[in-house]
Amino acid sequence: MSERITINPITRLEGHGKIEIFLDDKGNVEDAYWQVVELRGFEIFCLGRPVEELPRIMPNICGVCPTPHNMASVKALDDLYGVEPTPTAKLIRQLHYNAFIVEDHLLHFYILSAADFVVGPSADPAERNILGVVRKVGLEIGGKVIEARKRCREIIRHIASKPAHPEGGLPGGVSKGITEEDRKWIRETADFCVEFCQFSLELFKQVVLDNKEYLNVVLNDAYKLNTYYMGLVDDNKRLNFYEGKCRIVNPKGEEYALFDYHDYVDYIGEWVEPWTYIKLTHLRKIGWRGLNEGEPTSLYRVGPLARLNAADSMLTPLAQREYETMFDVLGGKPSHHTLAYHWARLIEAFQAAEHMQRIADDPLLTSKDIRNMELRLEKVGIGCVEASRGTLIHHYEADTDGKATKVNLIVATQHNAAPICLSVKKAAMAFVKGPEVKEGFLNMVEMAFRAYDPCLGCATHALPGEMPLLVNIRDHRGDLIRTLQRP
Amino acid sequence: MAKPKIAICWLGSCGGCDEAVVDINEVLLRVADAVDIILWPVAMDFKYDSVRRMKNGEIALSVVNGHVRNSEQEEIAKLLREKSQLILAFGACACFGGTPGLANLSTKEDIFNWVYRDAPTVVNPNGNYPQAVSRVNGKELTLPEFYDHVHALNDIIDVDYYLPGCPPPPYLVMYAVSAVLENKLPPKGSTLAPNRALCDSCKRNKSKPDRISIKEIKRIHEVEADPDVCFLAQGIICLGPATRDGCGEACMNINIPCRGCFGPVEGVEDSGAKFIPAMASILDAESDEDITRIVNQFVDPVGYLYRFSLPVSIFHNKRAEK
Repeated sequence: MSERITINPITRLEGHGKIEIFLDDKGNVEDAYWQVVELRGFEIFCLGRPVEELPRIMPNICGVCPTPHNMASVKALDDLYGVEPTPTAKLIRQLHYNAFIVEDHLLHFYILSAADFVVGPSADPAERNILGVVRKVGLEIGGKVIEARKRCREIIRHIASKPAHPEGGLPGGVSKGITEEDRKWIRETADFCVEFCQFSLELFKQVVLDNKEYLNVVLNDAYKLNTYYMGLVDDNKRLNFYEGKCRIVNPKGEEYALFDYHDYVDYIGEWVEPWTYIKLTHLRKIGWRGLNEGEPTSLYRVGPLARLNAADSMLTPLAQREYETMFDVLGGKPSHHTLAYHWARLIEAFQAAEHMQRIADDPLLTSKDIRNMELRLEKVGIGCVEASRGTLIHHYEADTDGKATKVNLIVATQHNAAPICLSVKKAAMAFVKGPEVKEGFLNMVEMAFRAYDPCLGCATHALPGEMPLLVNIRDHRGDLIRTLQRP
Repeated sequence: MAKPKIAICWLGSCGGCDEAVVDINEVLLRVADAVDIILWPVAMDFKYDSVRRMKNGEIALSVVNGHVRNSEQEEIAKLLREKSQLILAFGACACFGGTPGLANLSTKEDIFNWVYRDAPTVVNPNGNYPQAVSRVNGKELTLPEFYDHVHALNDIIDVDYYLPGCPPPPYLVMYAVSAVLENKLPPKGSTLAPNRALCDSCKRNKSKPDRISIKEIKRIHEVEADPDVCFLAQGIICLGPATRDGCGEACMNINIPCRGCFGPVEGVEDSGAKFIPAMASILDAESDEDITRIVNQFVDPVGYLYRFSLPVSIFHNKRAEK
């Protein structure tokens, strides 16, 4: 008899979803589907809104990565109004952005993911959370995580109001400047973050890399997926979160495309399936080839590991050293090991912290020249940033009153949606044998998608957004034989 | 004595309210010691089945964020109501529907057609739309049913307390937590935030003239707003007079006007209906044409007045044409 397993809600990630696992008549996994169960419709209800209000509305797509939505929106407005932000405004925006990357990446690592490694993938679920992590690594480190997050969010609050819903940012600039007094505490925060990122990377090495069992989990074929990779790079092809061109490398690591994000429609297609609310992005010029990897695939991934794969190097020196170590240990570039997303995430946080230091020392940071008022309303504006989870594109069109007439959004989790389905299926095939599944094995299936830090709030920008996980196990007739929800 | 059981749960939400709980920082670790968190999907590995197995009223408090727009959210909201002594609607979406409530200006069909058919990046030769029930490779897959409208939480279940904001600020979250733990809650139905309007505490108040009078309405990107002067006195739309205080003036502090995430002031049901007369009283128009000219500068009444509260407003939603 074949079986079906359901996991709902998928926990420790942002947004709502479920996993369906189908077993064949021998009890082996035949198919697995990761479904996004929600949709909200931002692209439609933002129509008619004055475009300058969009950076205040779009962050509600996702309260976990609201800064990227705010920033992509503000950059789309720069474009729509044909204006360059002043050098100081650009520094302030990048300070805001890097502070966000540091705190969001650290939050993901410690609060959402570390439990799988620090407490253990098959530990008691009641212990497998941030509180369990704190018990294991000590209250002092728990306190530092909170401290880093709090201090970064103070920078965001100072520049853009509420960290979970930034409301700052105007076409051509920012609404508030930085003073010399501010510079001092901002520099101290940057120093603290550099030190803490360094510590976190050491912790990762000790806990994961020095533990043969865990390293084997990371390198396990069940967590490997051969796809294309995409990320923004600067003129020297270094990783950049705020600006640059989109670069795509193929599964061998060769450059497939380097394009201006204004041309995104030529490169990215969104495939629609009846079984999920999320649209499945793929390389449009290759065409939709279904859920597969390797040679025939048109799927690409985004986010930390994808960005490190797509770039030639990091922007900052200490992060660059870590980048080189990572690819050495993983056996070269590109790396297809999905769990290495966690490692790449820490290296990116490191770059962002180093970049904060650089900005904090820039004499221009405290200039009062924070707005370029030379606005000329054009018809179309497109903004693109690297959100913590991957490339984010906001495309607006406006009428002569500056009210939105068209809104198209491509968000990070969407690019990863089809690869997540595949990763879940591969992990399920490796760890689920028959209907009697140990809870720890199911968590190892969840780990396959948790590595992406999938943000379903984002993914479902189109309709109302949420993501519980339910794993249903169904037999070959599709009858539900077991629903897995922890204890 | 057993620790009180607490659930923290999201419905149709962005996750920002869950971040707001984490924003109480170190206090969270102390709270985690004092209570038994039995459900928190964003951070912990407990599934809904464990809640289903509980006795009615076994959960002391459920903190619920997000609006309701599909069958699954409705089911979870009802489950938590049944198992909980108290329900706290947490954040603008649970209290008023939130910004996604603006989707009530469109129909489900408008949304589906754009998202799955008309957007420039869509590749959909088979004309697929997500279905409540579908078959893939002979297997049946289901999705929650997408409702026509966005609902605030109290449209679906009985709510005991409200904590507004997008998201609620840390000090009010701590105030709410201690009120529950110390059993010092105000009467049922109360909003756990100040009763006055944002204007009453705004630092820009001292720059406000006795009588504001404006000849133009200006949009925020068109002007370099004075960071010390009342926005309305500068001709910039600010929802301060019609919005409940309590946000800590987060937006004012970065020189950006209020858009009403704390919802209406105590005793007022509809922020927009409250704001319009306030707005009318400050227009300095000399003729009917002049009035029309200024009113036309008020480019998006619904988006300004009901940014966070359309589902609980007197307008509610656009009905699908039958």
